[in-house]
Amino acid sequence: MNYIFYFLIAISIIIGAINGKLQDVVNSIMTGAELSVKVAISLIGIMAFWLGIMEIAKKSGGIDFIAKLIKPITKHLFNEIPQDSPAIGDIAMNFTANAFGLGNAATPFGIKAMEELQEVNKDKTTASNSMCLFLGMNTAGFQLVPTTVLAILIGIGYKNPTEIIAPTLLVTTIAFVSAIILAKTFQKFNKIKEVQDDKNS
Amino acid sequence: MTKILNLISLWILPVIILGVLTCGIAKKVQIYEEFTKGAKGGFQVAVRIIPYLVAIIVAISMLRASGAIELTAQLLAPILAKFNIPADTLPLMIVRSLSGSGALGIFSDIANTAGPDAYSTRLAAIMLGSSETTFYVLAVYFGAVGITKMRHALWVGLLADFIGIVAAISVCNLMFA
Repeated sequence: MNYIFYFLIAISIIIGAINGKLQDVVNSIMTGAELSVKVAISLIGIMAFWLGIMEIAKKSGGIDFIAKLIKPITKHLFNEIPQDSPAIGDIAMNFTANAFGLGNAATPFGIKAMEELQEVNKDKTTASNSMCLFLGMNTAGFQLVPTTVLAILIGIGYKNPTEIIAPTLLVTTIAFVSAIILAKTFQKFNKIKEVQDDKNS
Repeated sequence: MTKILNLISLWILPVIILGVLTCGIAKKVQIYEEFTKGAKGGFQVAVRIIPYLVAIIVAISMLRASGAIELTAQLLAPILAKFNIPADTLPLMIVRSLSGSGALGIFSDIANTAGPDAYSTRLAAIMLGSSETTFYVLAVYFGAVGITKMRHALWVGLLADFIGIVAAISVCNLMFA
């Protein structure tokens, strides 16, 4: 991430200077910073609401119930965390919300899942294998119906907008499965590195 | 099929909310008390992710303002032409991992310029519909728990995005070309 952060900013300034758009680049620092805070602030309300609902679900055993339902799958995917961890239930809720295009609800569930994964993580500043897998699956953006895209297509007078649902679903499934395979493959290579780091320290 | 899915999308949250509350009442949980206890966390989480969001969103805003994305698109255009990929979808391929609102803007632009019957519109629709803003997801979720060393998460995200692009092009080619 250090290199990527450096790369993004250095490239922007250099290319911006060459293109004569340096002023725009400088202005975008201001607008970008403002946008970040807006995004975070807009999350507060909906986040509070869903965290509240989830607290009730946790107390009444709802999250445990869902966790039990999907255990056969998560047992294989998230095999490094305790199977009675509340993270399993939160992960299930996150994917359900994402699958139905409910991004607003998915984020609080996802963050809750990350907090539970962090509980069982040894090094609190370094991502665990389970976290990388969970986020890899999330970045693949698995969704049953791309509602926003459909709305725009209908807006421009696309005759049969539903015809893109099946191909989109196929593509997103391919990306989703790839993310799982990639995360599982990468973690094998990274594990060796970790052991070496342990020896060094 | 779509109607059923839309119906589920509409009903799933109300059903979950009512289900959770009913279950709580039935089990004699102090639901009002527990709700407010949990909701307290909302503010902290939002504040905690601000530094991570600022880092990512500012860097990406700068990149978009610099014209680097258009430049990359120009450089890659001859390669794409060989695979019969319309050049106007290229900025979308680059931006969709970086910025959600940016990708949506580019998609509306393609849809409005190329029109409802264009191959570009279909390809862009499939590409956008099957993706998630990788950088945003990583910043928010890792930021919420204070992880700064992401290990392979970013590469998994970006490689899966790339596979998604290739898959979108292939599927679109098979179905609509």
